[in-house]
Amino acid sequence: MNIYLHEFKAGLRPALIWSASIAALLFVYMSISSSFSQNAAMLSEMLSNFPEELLIAFGMNNMDLASVLGFFGLMFLFCQICLAIQAANYGFGLVSIEENEFTADFLLAKPVSRPRIMTSKLLAALTGLTITNAVVWIGSFVTLAVFRSGEAYELEPLLILLASILPFQLVFLSIGMFISLMVKRVRNVVPFSMGLVFGVYILNVFGDMIGEKSLEVISPFQHFDPNYILAHSAYPSLAWISVAAIVISLAGSYILYARRNIASAV
Amino acid sequence: MSIIEVNHLTKYYGKSRGIVDVSFNVEEGEIFGFIGPNGAGKSTTIRLFLSLIYPTKGEAKIFGKDCIKFGPELRQEIGYLPSEVFYYEGMKVLDLLKYSASFYKKDCTQRLHELAELMELDLKRRISDLSYGNKKKVGIVQGLLHSPKLIVLDEPTAGLDPLMQHKFFDLVREENKRGATVFFSSHILGEVQRLCNRVAIIKEGKVIDIQDMKTLQKDNYKKIRVSADGLGEKRFQVEGVTDLQQENGTLSFFFKGDINVITKLVGAAKIADLTIEDLTLEEIFMHYYE
Repeated sequence: MNIYLHEFKAGLRPALIWSASIAALLFVYMSISSSFSQNAAMLSEMLSNFPEELLIAFGMNNMDLASVLGFFGLMFLFCQICLAIQAANYGFGLVSIEENEFTADFLLAKPVSRPRIMTSKLLAALTGLTITNAVVWIGSFVTLAVFRSGEAYELEPLLILLASILPFQLVFLSIGMFISLMVKRVRNVVPFSMGLVFGVYILNVFGDMIGEKSLEVISPFQHFDPNYILAHSAYPSLAWISVAAIVISLAGSYILYARRNIASAV
Repeated sequence: MSIIEVNHLTKYYGKSRGIVDVSFNVEEGEIFGFIGPNGAGKSTTIRLFLSLIYPTKGEAKIFGKDCIKFGPELRQEIGYLPSEVFYYEGMKVLDLLKYSASFYKKDCTQRLHELAELMELDLKRRISDLSYGNKKKVGIVQGLLHSPKLIVLDEPTAGLDPLMQHKFFDLVREENKRGATVFFSSHILGEVQRLCNRVAIIKEGKVIDIQDMKTLQKDNYKKIRVSADGLGEKRFQVEGVTDLQQENGTLSFFFKGDINVITKLVGAAKIADLTIEDLTLEEIFMHYYE
């Protein structure tokens, strides 16, 4: 409990900053959308003049600009990128930051087992993600209420989409942690998390562009594709791959951490 | 019962050597010195005790239990002061010490404040504002606040001023009297000499000798200096004399053997000055590393 509280206090401010930024992003995008939706037909025509590849790159193919949820789906993709970076930051930094700053010597010399340290840290990270999650839920309903300009929308697909945030972030958290334990040292978290997030995002886009399914299969952006979820009120079956990745990464992390040699300062 | 038992402990970092086949025991109530130059494997040995790293071969037992299997349980009674101290920069000293205390089953609040006062540590300051010496003090307090049965010190005095070093040594002696066993690693021989009962000497990853501090100093060589007129080098070329040197009418040499042999030789001449000293650990030590 003491480690959890310590980690929670240390992580609260970054979590609040992330949450506020993502909420702001939601608000700004949706405010643009309200002006677009009034000229949906014109916009659709304009977009059809763009090369298909460009639309794919920004997730703007097969979307329904006329409906407010259609626009929400597009905007949600940008949210997903931020959510993924936040989660990957947590994952890559979870145990590596203490090693990098050599405070691991302090913590691991205390009478506490490594699995317990990791569990406490994971729970603290999950708390941070839950805060963000709550803010995105609230932010989504608020912005939709403000900018739907009287248009009704279906609630069910929206709820299913918002429920995908947690597993989506968990994928990046657990994979990030797993990778951080496979390498000798993570000197700086940000390049790793950016690499992971944009890596799989681009994979998804490329897969879509060249019609290569195998590339999409490994991208969580495909597993939790907002346009698909909103259109079908269900997750793509590929989402199971993400769930499997979470389980494998978590189990692997526990195993690797229990065996890890902690580098000393000198 | 041995507090620490080390059996054929070996650690390689990939291909580079940490320690090789190290074995020794530390008995209850001892202040055990562990001495060697930088890179000899002192910290590696200590980090193995605390299962910060895992051995390639061999094992270490603390309080009779394997230090990996029973690590968390054993660490309730171990106090560790690393050679380089790093703490959470954003925290205040008091919060860090409270966090440290929260890991132990007993209530450490009183001892925490006693130690902080003794080490003249300002509890209100932020870790990031502390000088290295002050961080070291934080290290000392967090390592001792739970009154551990085994105190592991890895080059503890670096960064402390002589006054604080003195206080710290008194503190270690006090803890030792209370019943704590102390494992003291250092490359400074003077402090080991002042504090320890027994000493293990480690060189290039191997323990090359374990000696009683008294035996190490007394049963070994004496350093003798004689100033006298007309005293020739030849006179002292007897068995047991080494390193014979003459400078400005003063003869100096190391001697091992029956001291009466020397007093007879010296007594025959009219001497101006005579000193007979124990070798400092430094001189003995140089002998091992030559």
